[in-house]
Amino acid sequence: MVPFAGWEMPVQYTGIVDEHQAVRTAAGLFDVSHMGELEMRGEYAVQVVNYLVTNDVSKLQDGQALYTCCCGPKGTILDDLIIYRAAYDRCLIVCNASNREKMAKVFSTAAEYHCEFHDRSDETALIALQGPKAFEILDLAGSDAATLRELGSFRFRDAVVANIRCTVARTGYTGEDGVEIFCAWGDALALWNALLELGKPFGIKPTGLGARDTLRLEARLSLYGNEIDETTNPIEAGLSWVVKMNNGDFVGRSALEEISKKPLTRRMVGFEVTGRGIARHGYPLRDLQGQEVGVCTSGSPGPTVGKNIGLGYLPASMAEVGTRILVDCRGKNVEAVVAKTPFYRRGGSSPK
Amino acid sequence: MSDQLPGDLRYTKDHEWAKRDAGTVTVGITAFAVEQLGDITLVNIDVKPGETVTAGKSFGTIESVKTLSDLFAPISGKVVRVNSELEAKPELVNEDCWKAWMIAIAPDDGAAVDALLDSKSYAEHVKASAH
Repeated sequence: MVPFAGWEMPVQYTGIVDEHQAVRTAAGLFDVSHMGELEMRGEYAVQVVNYLVTNDVSKLQDGQALYTCCCGPKGTILDDLIIYRAAYDRCLIVCNASNREKMAKVFSTAAEYHCEFHDRSDETALIALQGPKAFEILDLAGSDAATLRELGSFRFRDAVVANIRCTVARTGYTGEDGVEIFCAWGDALALWNALLELGKPFGIKPTGLGARDTLRLEARLSLYGNEIDETTNPIEAGLSWVVKMNNGDFVGRSALEEISKKPLTRRMVGFEVTGRGIARHGYPLRDLQGQEVGVCTSGSPGPTVGKNIGLGYLPASMAEVGTRILVDCRGKNVEAVVAKTPFYRRGGSSPK
Repeated sequence: MSDQLPGDLRYTKDHEWAKRDAGTVTVGITAFAVEQLGDITLVNIDVKPGETVTAGKSFGTIESVKTLSDLFAPISGKVVRVNSELEAKPELVNEDCWKAWMIAIAPDDGAAVDALLDSKSYAEHVKASAH
């Protein structure tokens, strides 16, 4: 167990590689109840939320969710979120545990005089069931759960799973198919145990933070505090697809417009370490002359891709796939090459 | 786990083991260290035979999927052998950490190894660090 944003979190249960492979080939169960859940309610809730985030929440239908950044006035990233529109007057916002207080402040301040704000984090548990066998396991969790495979990507609905009332979303953070299940805090243990039991014949494994990190890295999903933070903007982070300039005004819009007009100075890239070494968060990236030109934001062995991989910022001129770089692994310059991302794509061969 | 500690070895607080072996001392890492590291993917030994190591100073690094850790020399001396097999097969450390030695040292001081923790004191140290 390790402390994480005030929570005691399991890094691993049976081993990172073991758990990682279970998610890629069978199923993994994640307790991600540390995530923050914020609720905005009222006639103007959707409008207020839309003003706070970069993606276009106004186009969401009931039962639909989207990934977005929440930026400050300078266009830098305060958090990355999933916004769930439950009804025309109700949005649920899932934020990072480490940013819960910051986001609660942002949303509650904006809500003032316009809509209601509730921090639901302490009463809401979140369990992710991810992997190719996820829906076969849900088939055994009751007649309602058995129809969850009909949910579209980034859709959600209330459901009964293993006799427990939940809200189930077809979202995840692993690059695999699967669901994330919200339930009442007091029901979480029963739901966890039921899914583990039902999943046993399929090879389900409880999965910790360690595998969550390798899975999301292979899928090139950003981690707040690594790829993105209050010093980075969505454009350079490769998240311009969640910035909708035709979405009316929103916090950070004019700054992001300015940033978009100019050539980028740096860009988030993926790379493979071809020499003997493992890139880690914070290691300098160098050009072949040894000049420091960027920084590694995440790195580890990729158990499915079978290579040592990483993400990091490089000057835009060096961001092209195939560019050779060096990773400064604690004083040793190890060769690496800018690679196509995601490193792993479900149902397809991983890019060479 | 601690009851399985080999009684003939000596230990450091950094979770290395040291084994006296015909005038040299071989060095590896303990099961507790392996458990903390998880899946080991890289063993980097930065010293060559003939070079010296200093007690408490790093002679290499070991990396798992999740983290990197220094390898510390339990005693000072001259490196006589390096287990280069671990370069290609780091998983040997996971398989049997008591066999997967990393370096063999000709100690400067033959008694230095006796000053390290015995299995009982090390077991207590592990108990304390595993909170």
